[in-house]
Amino acid sequence: MVAKTPASNETDIAVIGGGLVGSAIAWGLGRLGHAVTVLDEGDIAYRASRGNFALVWVQSKGLGMPEYAGWTKASAEQWPGFAAALHEETGLDVRYEQPGGFILCLSEAELEARRDAMMRLHNQPAMVKYPYEILDHAETKRRMPAIGPDVAGSSFCPLDGHVNSLRLFRALHQSFSRHGIDYRPEHDVQTITPLADGFEIIGAWGRLKAGKVVLAAGLGNARLGPMVGLHVPVKPSKGQIIVTEKAAPFLPHPVVTIRQTDEGGVMIGDSQEDLGFNTVVTNPVISTMAERAVRMFPVLGGLNVVRTWSALRVMTEDGFPIYDQSASYPGAFVATCHSGVTLAANHALTIAPLIAAGMFPEDRFGVFSARRFHVPAAA
Amino acid sequence: MAEASSITTPAELDAAYDLAIVGAGPAGMAAAKEAAGHGLSVLVLDENAGPGGQIYRAITRSPAPGLAALGADYWKGAPLAADFLAAPVHYAAGTTVWSLAIAAEGSGHEIGVSIAGAARMVAAREVILATGALERPFPVPGWTLPGVMTAGGAQTMLKASGLVPDGRVVLAGSGPLLYLLAAQFVAAGANISALLDTTPSANWGRALPHLPAFLASPYLRKGLALLWKTRRSLRVMRGVSAISAEGDGKLASVRFSKGGAAETLPCDLLLLHQGVVPNINLSNAAGCAQDWDETQLCFTPRLDAWFESSVPGVAIAGDGAGIAGAESAALRGTLAAIGAAFRLGHLDAVERDSRAAPVRAELARMGRGRAFLDHFYQPAKPLRIPPQDDTIVCRCEEVTAGMIRAAVAHGVTGPNQMKSFLRCGMGPCQGRQCGLTVTEMIAEARGLPPTEIGALRLRPPVKPITLSELASLPKTEAATRAVVR
Amino acid sequence: MFRRLPEARGEPLNFTLDGKPFSARSGDSVAAALLAAGIETCRATPVSGAPRGPYCMMGVCFECLVTIDGVGNRQGCLIPLSEGMRIETQQGARAIAQEVA
Repeated sequence: MVAKTPASNETDIAVIGGGLVGSAIAWGLGRLGHAVTVLDEGDIAYRASRGNFALVWVQSKGLGMPEYAGWTKASAEQWPGFAAALHEETGLDVRYEQPGGFILCLSEAELEARRDAMMRLHNQPAMVKYPYEILDHAETKRRMPAIGPDVAGSSFCPLDGHVNSLRLFRALHQSFSRHGIDYRPEHDVQTITPLADGFEIIGAWGRLKAGKVVLAAGLGNARLGPMVGLHVPVKPSKGQIIVTEKAAPFLPHPVVTIRQTDEGGVMIGDSQEDLGFNTVVTNPVISTMAERAVRMFPVLGGLNVVRTWSALRVMTEDGFPIYDQSASYPGAFVATCHSGVTLAANHALTIAPLIAAGMFPEDRFGVFSARRFHVPAAA
Repeated sequence: MAEASSITTPAELDAAYDLAIVGAGPAGMAAAKEAAGHGLSVLVLDENAGPGGQIYRAITRSPAPGLAALGADYWKGAPLAADFLAAPVHYAAGTTVWSLAIAAEGSGHEIGVSIAGAARMVAAREVILATGALERPFPVPGWTLPGVMTAGGAQTMLKASGLVPDGRVVLAGSGPLLYLLAAQFVAAGANISALLDTTPSANWGRALPHLPAFLASPYLRKGLALLWKTRRSLRVMRGVSAISAEGDGKLASVRFSKGGAAETLPCDLLLLHQGVVPNINLSNAAGCAQDWDETQLCFTPRLDAWFESSVPGVAIAGDGAGIAGAESAALRGTLAAIGAAFRLGHLDAVERDSRAAPVRAELARMGRGRAFLDHFYQPAKPLRIPPQDDTIVCRCEEVTAGMIRAAVAHGVTGPNQMKSFLRCGMGPCQGRQCGLTVTEMIAEARGLPPTEIGALRLRPPVKPITLSELASLPKTEAATRAVVR
Repeated sequence: MFRRLPEARGEPLNFTLDGKPFSARSGDSVAAALLAAGIETCRATPVSGAPRGPYCMMGVCFECLVTIDGVGNRQGCLIPLSEGMRIETQQGARAIAQEVA
């Protein structure tokens, strides 16, 4: 395949959305030699990719859909190779690390609930097997001496890790030119029209004809999906995050709500609120997060906070991803999830080749279809 | 006579005020006095230990009272500060304001403050931001070396501590303030090796149409006196470009180009200055709309005739509303306070307008000639948009000009995506030292005007506070449900 | 770099920098006190280890960060010097764990 020139109004595959999901898929397609055009929004947009918590997280995923646990674990397994490939291509080390992660509990009741949740998760039929431990205060403290006396215990899973997700975002974009991927920012998509031999995508910028179209527009997928016969019931879930000044390394493991970045800053998250497209930071939530963080690690109390923000997760009703191809307009695909970091390796190395090949195999991906949301009308 | 009550701990704050003023420079002090006169309950929050802002820094506690070197304009701040301290307001000095938002419940605004290491939220029906100006970034090679400071920083040392630049001192840059500072330092006995004037000669053409107004303005007399004084007493080199600070670990010399020839001056202290720009981090974080000012080459908040911003009940006075100088700042503060008093029902429209009329007339008089200065002293482009790739733009995260240009080539269209990719603006200064440069660099690289590029979106806390302080703030049931799961 | 005006008033205040005794005046900020003592470098950055010193003196640039009485990353230009202050230069990122210990 020949790399496209920016002026072209035709492409093999159009990826709508230049966030982590769209970028990872585009990168995967570009590496396979396909002519790919990424249509992205501009500088101001609801970008989960700029607001996420940067965990590559396995434990606690998949209660209610064990296949999702397997899918998540598979991505964690693909991450080292994915990170190495990006490093080789861009010189950027996205600092993927897998030291194992903790979920800390601040009361016996929280610890009991945690133990129960992990048991229910792993007792599911068809659940993928992986190790985890429920630890008491003493054992948690042995492994993470900085915890405070309020920590009743924890769950630990050696598969959990984290990454520098902003550098991941940058590395993917930086590699586009190498693979001839035509990246077009400030190209909001207004309509997609199915044609006999592909799709026509229209925006204020003009039109683009594509053989295939991949919807990776996050919350925008809900609007775009029906244009190509896809049902994508996603809605925003607000998460607020605190980040501190840089500190010398003190936290050897990521905790599900606290991690120290490779640059030294400590991120504290992450709330969940269903408030529509509201991204205002609210002090009661920030304060609650801060208080729990200081109870978990008293040493954090004196650190200066340099920034807070909120971003919108792309949530389905059951919290699991949607991977679908349109039945009415084959060639139109959708990929959407709220774990664009964890699943980036899968999107680049598994989803992209499947889109290139033209189908998501029903045996593995049927479970992720939005058909699961089609509730039969009451009799 | 009533007098201002000093607030030194969060417990001394009232739960709510009619008006909160952020900043106790000329605008904030004038606004406080005016508002108190209309019967408003007023809280003034300021970062410094005493009133005066930067321009009248340490005016009430000068280490050298009456020092002639600071000039008559400085000492004009003394009666303003005395009036302010005599007004029946609450005054919290040494206080950090770290957030401003529309109150979640009820009406008005909620301000996050930190006093003596403890955080609190204060409610105010109206807010006036009088956060002043800061010196424009001066991104040249070596500007991060110890021994390189802003000229304004050195002036602060003179005002607040009676400390005078010593050793081999070089001033470099442009703008009316540069000459004022040079004159002050010389009058205080400093030994200035040279003043490197980087004003582009082409600016004359741009400024010329505004010359008549300038000739009839109060700026002229002051300006001529300054130029005369400085020229007579120190070595001024004009037409200087391509400045760089050099040294291994600390400043040793300044290198520059004059008339196409490279020159080097050994120096111990290099003081940089190329004008001031509005300090609007707080208003930006509060969501106040702002526009690119093509003449002053900076973002200024979008304001109405009463200095009210796009966020109802939040006004922005002083140099934070666009650079106009200290005397205009005080007048703007007065007008903003009149506007707030009107909105709170303490004045009717007729009273408001008659009270404001003479203030507006004076403000118009003060503003005459400003356009000439703004055009004449527009800083040279290579000193705003570093041509050398290895020049640091973001001092906190050590992001270079070359990295920023490369990111634009990879498709970054604006400062917020840039921040995500390179971390510029993510450090503790929150983009105060790089924001304008990043916007102008992206604009230049994309061939678009800065107004289409936009600004960094800023986030609270706009000044750091500790995690423990945040943890101490009020919580709600809903917040607990959002976090504990 | 700076010298005191002969007419400048202010009480002498003693402080230590990295354990060595110095003195400055009341009314000085911590950053001004360091500069008055001829110290222009107060830290090494957490990003590259480059040396930095006070730059703006008005709280906007965060270059004059120092450890004061055991607490790291304080803005020296905003904090008034007080008698007996223990000031330390910072090398790289703040070592929070050691502060508490």
